[in-house]
Amino acid sequence: MIPRVLGVGVIKGMIETARNFLGSYYDPQRLPTIEYPDERQPIPENSRCFPMLIFDGESPEEGLRCVACKICEQECPPQCIYIEVERNKQGRSLRRPRVFDLDISVCMGCQICVEVCPFDSIKMDSAFEVTAEDRFGELLRHKKDLAKPNAYFHEINPTEAALADARIEAGKAKAAAKAAPPARMAA
Amino acid sequence: MHWFVGLFPEGPIQTGVSMVVAAAAIVGAFAGLFAVTTWIERKGLGRLQNRMGPNRVGPWGWLQPMADGIKALTKEDIIPAQADKLVHTLAPIVAVAPVIMAYAVLPVGRNMVALDMEAGLVFFFAMGGIKEIAVFMAGWGSRNKYALLGSMRGIAQMISYEIPLVVSALVVAMAVGSLSLVDIVNAQAGYYGGILAKWHVFTPWGLGGFLLFLVAATAESNRTPFDLPEGESEIIAGHMLEYTGFKYALFFLGEYMGLFAVSGLAITLYLGGWRAPFSFLAWIPSWLWFFGKLFCFIALFVWLRGTLPRMRADQLMEFAWKFMVPMVVVNIVVLAMWHYSAAWRFPTAGLWRWVLCGGVLLAAYLGLSKLWRPWEPPSRRVYRYAE
Repeated sequence: MIPRVLGVGVIKGMIETARNFLGSYYDPQRLPTIEYPDERQPIPENSRCFPMLIFDGESPEEGLRCVACKICEQECPPQCIYIEVERNKQGRSLRRPRVFDLDISVCMGCQICVEVCPFDSIKMDSAFEVTAEDRFGELLRHKKDLAKPNAYFHEINPTEAALADARIEAGKAKAAAKAAPPARMAA
Repeated sequence: MHWFVGLFPEGPIQTGVSMVVAAAAIVGAFAGLFAVTTWIERKGLGRLQNRMGPNRVGPWGWLQPMADGIKALTKEDIIPAQADKLVHTLAPIVAVAPVIMAYAVLPVGRNMVALDMEAGLVFFFAMGGIKEIAVFMAGWGSRNKYALLGSMRGIAQMISYEIPLVVSALVVAMAVGSLSLVDIVNAQAGYYGGILAKWHVFTPWGLGGFLLFLVAATAESNRTPFDLPEGESEIIAGHMLEYTGFKYALFFLGEYMGLFAVSGLAITLYLGGWRAPFSFLAWIPSWLWFFGKLFCFIALFVWLRGTLPRMRADQLMEFAWKFMVPMVVVNIVVLAMWHYSAAWRFPTAGLWRWVLCGGVLLAAYLGLSKLWRPWEPPSRRVYRYAE
């Protein structure tokens, strides 16, 4: 037992800081500094920043999952999404957005657009290093900026991507089963 | 140096040149040490606090002091409109110049002392005392009540710790019988048993005196845990509030130079100055030993700064007057006991001398620390719950 003499606390403190000093050279627990931007911390799966549009396959124009149903535009609380449907010459909707603008200076990252999308087409991206030199022009993201391949989505959030793919597959299977003629009863 | 001075004609020119060379060498060496110390401090504090220090300017950030110097030089020099301009401008100069003069009496190596004064110790403390006037001038000349408050606290602290500082040094002068620092270093010649150097710190009164001197020196240089005058969270910069740019850098310089000076004095008085600790290491040059020990002191001060929280003003003053001053007086008594018990001739006399003198010091230490701050563990808590 070390008696509580004047000076014992100082010695104990100095031993601890000496361990800090020596440990900072070989023990990562004693030097948790991450020298940003030379090094980066790994981002967790669920982290979210701004939305992105998913396309399947190679072409962002053909494979875009968005059908311009405009549910996300209606549900967005700060109303940062602007959608124009692509219509053919007769005025029928081609189930594609002609314009999909998202103002990331307004977007608050609430993820409501993701929750309400029935087609798993708008998802949250986790890339946070978005800087722009023009506050009004560059922070308005267009369809071509927002479109990201499904492979990228699998990279940043494999769990959610797998779930989205499973839902789409289930939907396709159900549609195929309905379209095919029903099984004939044995005569 | 004698060779260089010998190039000039005899007479006053030679004296003049030798003075200039000595002064230039001292200022150059210790100002360079100041730059290195700011780097050591920032990197060292960083590692002590689980972070890296500055590492962007040059490899491992060793050009950081240069960057700091350029920043200090290019800042706008502001003097408050209603401040006393003369006093305000002179304060940083008064903070730095006498401290540099104090280096003149420190023996940095064998035959390497700029001025071998017979009362070198007194000269040193005289120069150190002028530093306190600079703190007062800074606080008064700034015409700012917070600066004045800060400088008052600073002066109170520095004056209170002058007594333990000077009396700890006095013990050594009494032991050696001379006030000249060169004589004090020479008195520490010789080796115990042919190996361990006869430094003053290896005697009971020397050990006590060394520790007391160290604490008083930390307080004199306004280093943590005694850095109340410059506590950023309390009074921003205390007496240095109204100073910008280069004048602030000069205060900083004066403070660090003061740190080196008292460390150098501690080394001279207790750690044998430029002498080696072991006889088989005596071949290493003497100035290398001096600066090596100085580096150890700097590392110790940085370590203390990284570990300890600041003391409150009243805790600080209590500590000085109720603990340090009686301890230094007891130290003198122990020196007397050690000196007169040197005449003991029975076997194991050396051990018994240590037991007696060390015992008196330890008893005084324990007794005084109890008086100053009796520590009781908190009593067991009783909880009353609502029904």
